[in-house]
Amino acid sequence: MTTHDIYLLSPEISMAGLAILLILVDLVVSRKSILTIVAVLGLAVPLALSIVLWFDLTDQAATQMKADFGTEIVTFVVDKFSLFFKFLLVGATALVILASSEYVSKFKNFHGEFFALILFATSGMMLLASTVELITIYVSLELTALPIAALAAFMRDSRSSEAGLKFLILSAISSAVLLYGMVIIYGFTGTTVLADIATQLGGLLDGESAFGGNALLFGVILVIAGFGFKISSVPFQMWAPDVYEGSPTPVTAFLSVASKAAGFAVILRVFYIAFSAEILSVDWSAVFAVLAAVSMTFGNLVAIRQNNIKRMLGYSTIAHAGYLMVGLAAVASRTPDADAIIGPSGVLFYLSGYAITNLAAFSAVIAISNRINSDLIDSFAGMARRAPFLAGVLGFSMISLIGVPPTVGFMSKIYIFGAAVDTNLEWLAVTGMVNSVISAYYYLRVVKVMYLREPIDDAPVGSALPMKLAVMVTMAGTAFFGIYPTPLINLARSAVDVLVS
Amino acid sequence: MLSESLVWLILFAPLAAFVIIGFVIRPLMRLVIPVAAQEHGDDSTHSAHGRSILGGSAGILAIIAIGVAFVLSIVALFGSIDNHGDSPYIAHDWLTVGNLEFTIGILMDPLTTIMLVVVTSVSLLVQIYSVGYMSHEDDRGYARYYAYMSLFSASMIGLVLASNIVQLFAFWELVGLSSYLLIGFWFTRPSAVAAAKKAFIVTRIGDFGLLLGIMYLFFHQDAFTAAGLNSLDIVDIYTAVDAKIIAGGVATWIAAGIFAGAVGKSGQFPLHTWLPDAMEGPTPVSALIHAATMVAAGVFLVARFFPVFEASETMMNVIILIGGFTALFAATMGLVATDIKRVLAYSTVSQLGYMMLALGVGAYSVAIFHLFTHAFFKALLFLGSGSVNHASGTFDMRYMGGLRKVMPITYASFVIGGISLAGILPFAGGWSKDEVLTAAWNGAGAIPAIGFWMALLAAGMTGFYIFRAIILTFHGDFRKGADAEGIEDTHGAEVHLKESPIAMVFPLILLSIAAVGIGFVVNPLFDLGIVPQHWFGHFLGQGPVHVEIEDFNVVLAPIAMLVSISGIVLAFLMYQTKVVSAEQLGARFKPVYILLVRKYYFDELYEDIIVRRFFYGGVARTLDWIDGSIINNIGKFIGWLGANVGTALRQLQTGQTQEYGAAISIGILTIVGLYLWFL
Repeated sequence: MTTHDIYLLSPEISMAGLAILLILVDLVVSRKSILTIVAVLGLAVPLALSIVLWFDLTDQAATQMKADFGTEIVTFVVDKFSLFFKFLLVGATALVILASSEYVSKFKNFHGEFFALILFATSGMMLLASTVELITIYVSLELTALPIAALAAFMRDSRSSEAGLKFLILSAISSAVLLYGMVIIYGFTGTTVLADIATQLGGLLDGESAFGGNALLFGVILVIAGFGFKISSVPFQMWAPDVYEGSPTPVTAFLSVASKAAGFAVILRVFYIAFSAEILSVDWSAVFAVLAAVSMTFGNLVAIRQNNIKRMLGYSTIAHAGYLMVGLAAVASRTPDADAIIGPSGVLFYLSGYAITNLAAFSAVIAISNRINSDLIDSFAGMARRAPFLAGVLGFSMISLIGVPPTVGFMSKIYIFGAAVDTNLEWLAVTGMVNSVISAYYYLRVVKVMYLREPIDDAPVGSALPMKLAVMVTMAGTAFFGIYPTPLINLARSAVDVLVS
Repeated sequence: MLSESLVWLILFAPLAAFVIIGFVIRPLMRLVIPVAAQEHGDDSTHSAHGRSILGGSAGILAIIAIGVAFVLSIVALFGSIDNHGDSPYIAHDWLTVGNLEFTIGILMDPLTTIMLVVVTSVSLLVQIYSVGYMSHEDDRGYARYYAYMSLFSASMIGLVLASNIVQLFAFWELVGLSSYLLIGFWFTRPSAVAAAKKAFIVTRIGDFGLLLGIMYLFFHQDAFTAAGLNSLDIVDIYTAVDAKIIAGGVATWIAAGIFAGAVGKSGQFPLHTWLPDAMEGPTPVSALIHAATMVAAGVFLVARFFPVFEASETMMNVIILIGGFTALFAATMGLVATDIKRVLAYSTVSQLGYMMLALGVGAYSVAIFHLFTHAFFKALLFLGSGSVNHASGTFDMRYMGGLRKVMPITYASFVIGGISLAGILPFAGGWSKDEVLTAAWNGAGAIPAIGFWMALLAAGMTGFYIFRAIILTFHGDFRKGADAEGIEDTHGAEVHLKESPIAMVFPLILLSIAAVGIGFVVNPLFDLGIVPQHWFGHFLGQGPVHVEIEDFNVVLAPIAMLVSISGIVLAFLMYQTKVVSAEQLGARFKPVYILLVRKYYFDELYEDIIVRRFFYGGVARTLDWIDGSIINNIGKFIGWLGANVGTALRQLQTGQTQEYGAAISIGILTIVGLYLWFL
C-alpha cells in the first residue's frame, strides 16, 4: 500500500476519521450542538478530497485510477462513477446530520456516537461505490449494514429496538443469499474480479437457455435478490415499512436516500461490468423490468392506506425503487440504435433528484413532527398556518415526488421513462406513468391536510437554524434542477461512461 | 456584438426587479409598516409624497431595471446592424432525453432587435409615467403594480429573444399570465375581474391552436432528424422550409396553428372580444400591453415563422382576409364607442388588422414597420387618455369636453398621436400605413384587392373616430367629468382640472416626438446622412425572409390621405360645427347604430349561444351524463379496487420477521421458477 493508494482512499479514510473525531469531541464538550457543527464542517474534507480526485482524473485523461493493495487483483478503483456517488453520499449525509441536529436531543446520551455511526455507514457506502471485486463488495456491504442496524435501534424504545433487530436479521438473510449467488458465480468463472468474470463468461455462455446456463441463472438471481434487499425492491421489501416507521426519523431519511444510492451504485457496477454480455443483459433487464413494474405498483397501492407519514414514505420509497429499476431495465442491447448510457445515466440522475426531493420532504417532516410529537398525517392538519414555510417545502417536495413540473422529480421521470421508450420498453413507461397518477393520491393528501384542514392547535411551529438550512438547500435544489436539469444530467452521463467503455 | 451574458441581462434585469419587489420589498413592507398603521395614514414612515421609502424604491428599481434593458437593447440593435443581422449565439442544452432535444438560447436577428427596442423603450416610458398615474395607490398596491410590470416586461423580452419554439411558448404563456394579472389589477372591481378572466380565456383558445401547431411540428421530428435538424429550433425550421421538409399541407396546418395563437393574442376577428374589455386595467397597462407590445406579439409570432407561412398560399390568403376584415370591422365599432379607451382599443384591433394584412400580402418589413410606428403613437394616445382621466375623473367622452384649455400639453400630444394614427404624411403613422396600402395594392389577384379596399375604407373611419374623440374630449365646454349626473361608477375619482404632473407629461412629449418623426427617420425615402435609404427594410431583409422594398406610390398616397382627411372633416362637421347632426344620423340608421353599439352582438353570441346553450346546455350536459353514469362508476370501481387491493396487500405485512425471511425465499424461487418455466 503506497502513498498513492492512501490518496485514492482518502475520502473514505477521512470519513471514518471524522467519525472517530466526533466520538472524542463528544467526550469533552458539554454543548451538544457543537457536534453538528463539527460534523457538517468536517464533511467538507471528504468532499474536497473527492473533488481533488475528480479533477486529477480529468487532468490525467484516465478513466480510472486503481489502488494496489499488494494483492494480485484490483479491488478498488477511483473513477467518475464512484466519485459521483461519493459527492451524492457526502451531500446526503451532511443534510441528514443538519436535519437531525434538533432530533438528537431526544436521545439521553450517545449523541457523538449517533453521528459517528452515520459516518461509518457512509464510509462503507463510499467504499461500495468504488469496489470492483465480489469479496470487497460483500465486506463494504456489511460495513454499511451493521451501523444502520444500530442506528435503527437508537431510540431504545420497543418500536425502535424491533426495527433494529428486524433490520439486522433480514440483512443477515439477504447477505447470505448474496454470498450464495457470489459463490455460484465464482464456481462458474473461477474469479471474483468483476472484469475477469465478464471475460471468463465470454466463452461459457450458451445461447439456448436463460442467462446462458441454469447455474448462472441461479447465481445472477441470488445476486439480484441480495441487492434487491438493499434497494427495497419487491419481493425483498418487507423490512422497509417496519424499519422506516420504527427508526429515528433522520435514520429513516438516511436509509431512504444514502443506502438506496449505494445499492444502485453496486448493482450498476456488477451488472454493467461483470454481466455485460448481450445475451445476459437482455435476460437480467427483463427481471429488472418486471421487478420495477411490481415494485412501483405495490408501493403505490399500499401507500394509499397509510396514516403514518414515515410509513407512507416507506412505501413511497419502494415505489421509487421501482421507477429507478426502469433505468436498470433500459439496457442499450435491447435496441440497435439506442443511446448506450441512457439507462444508467437515468438511474444516476433519478437518484440525485430523488435524494434532493426526499431529503427536503424528510427535513420538513422531522422539523414538524419533532415539535408536535406525532408522525400521523392527520396531526399535520392546518400546518400551512402553523408553519407556512415548512408546509410549503413539504408540499413542494410532494409535488416533486409525484413528478409534476417545475420540479426535479418531473425532469427525472421524463428522463427515465424516456430511457424506457428508447429501449422498446414502452409498456414499462406507461406503467410508470399510470403509477405516478396513483401516487398523486397519497402525496396530495398530505398537501390537502396541511392546507385545507383546520389546525388542531393554533400554536405556530418553529424550527432551528440548521433545520432551516437543510430545508432551504434541498428546496432550492429541487426547484433549480427542475428548471435547469442539464448540469446534473451531464454530470450523470460523464459518470456512467466508464460502465460501457 | 453584445456578449451573450449581456443579452441575457436584458431579460434578467426586469426579472430580477420582479423577484426583488415581489419577494423582498413587499414582505419587508409587511414587517416595517404594519397594515393597521398604513390604513391610518401613519406619516412617520412616509416621505414628502405620501409614499414610504420602500414603496418608492419599488418603482425606482423597476425603472432602473427596464432602463438597463433599454440601453442594452439599443447596443444590441447597433451590434446586429454591424453583424449584418447574423445571430452569433449558440443554443444551450436544456433537456436531452435520447432523441428528444430541448434547447434554450437567443435568436438575435433583425426582427428580435427591433422588437427589443420597441418593448424596452415603450415599457421604460410607461413605467416612468406610472409613477404619476399610480400615485393614488397605497404602497402595497404600488409595489405590486411594479412587480407585475417588471414580470410582463421580462416575459415579453423573453418571448422575442427565444430561439426555440418551446421556450417561446413558455414566455408566450407568461405574457398572457402577466396581462391577466394587470387587467385584474384592481381586483376589488367585479368588472376588472371579469375582464381579466375573459382576456385569459379567449386568448387561451388561440394558445391551444398554437400548442397543437407545435405538437404537429414535433410529429415531423423524424424528417428533421434525417436532415440533422431539430424540429423545435426556430432557425432549423427556416432551414427545413428551404429544404422543402415543411411544405404543402404540412406547412398549412403548422401555420394555421401558429396563426390561431396570433389571432388570440392580437385580438383579430373572431377572438377580438377580449381587448376592449381589457381596458379595465390601469391605463398605463393598456398603453404598454394592450397597444404597444403584447397585442403586437401576435404579429411578431407570424413574422417569426414567416417562412412557414410563405410556404402555404392558403394561409397567406386567410391572413389577408382576416387582417383586412378585422381592420374594417373594428373601425366600425370605434365609430360609436363613448369610452375614450374603448375607441383606442378598437383602433388598436383595427391597426393590428393592418399589420396582419401586410403580412398576408408578403410585405414582411412593412408589417414590422407599422408595428414599430404604431407602438409609439398608440402608446402616446393611451397615455394621453390616462392624463385626461387624471383631470376629468372619467373615461366617458360624453362628460368631457373643453380640456384643451386646462391641459395644453396633453392636448397637443393627443392631436399629434391622432394625426399619426389617421395616417397623414409626414407623421409616423402616415408612412407605415401608406406602405401597407401600397403593398396590398401591388398584391396580385382578387384577395389582396379585397384586403386593399377594406383597409382603405377603414382608413377613412380611422380619421373620423379619432377626431371624434379629440373633439369630444378637448373641444367645446367641460361637461362636469366625474361630477356629472347619471355617470357610471368612477371608483371614487375626482375632478382636478389641471395639467398632469411632470412624470406623466414627460413621456407624452417624448412619444410625441416619436409619433411625428420616427416613421420617416427610421425608413426614409432617400439617404438621410447617417440613416441610409430604406434602411429598415434592408435591415430586416438580412433576416430569414426576403424583403421586397416597395417604392413610394405617388398616386396612392394622396388618395389614401384624402380618404382619411374626409373622415376627419366629417368628424368636424358632426361634432365641432354640428352642421351634420349625429343624433339624426343615429336615428335614421338606427338598426346599424344599435348593431355597432352592441358590438355586432358578439359578446351575446359567445356567452349566450356558444357558451350557455351549446357548451353548458349541449356538450356539457351530455358529458355530464357520461361522466355521472359511466366514468364515475369506473372511477369508483378503480378506487374500490385500489383501496381493497391495498388492504389485501397490507395483510402480507404481518410484522413477523420469520415471514419476511420466508417471503425473500419465495420471491427468489418465483423468479427462478418463472425463468425455468418459460425458457
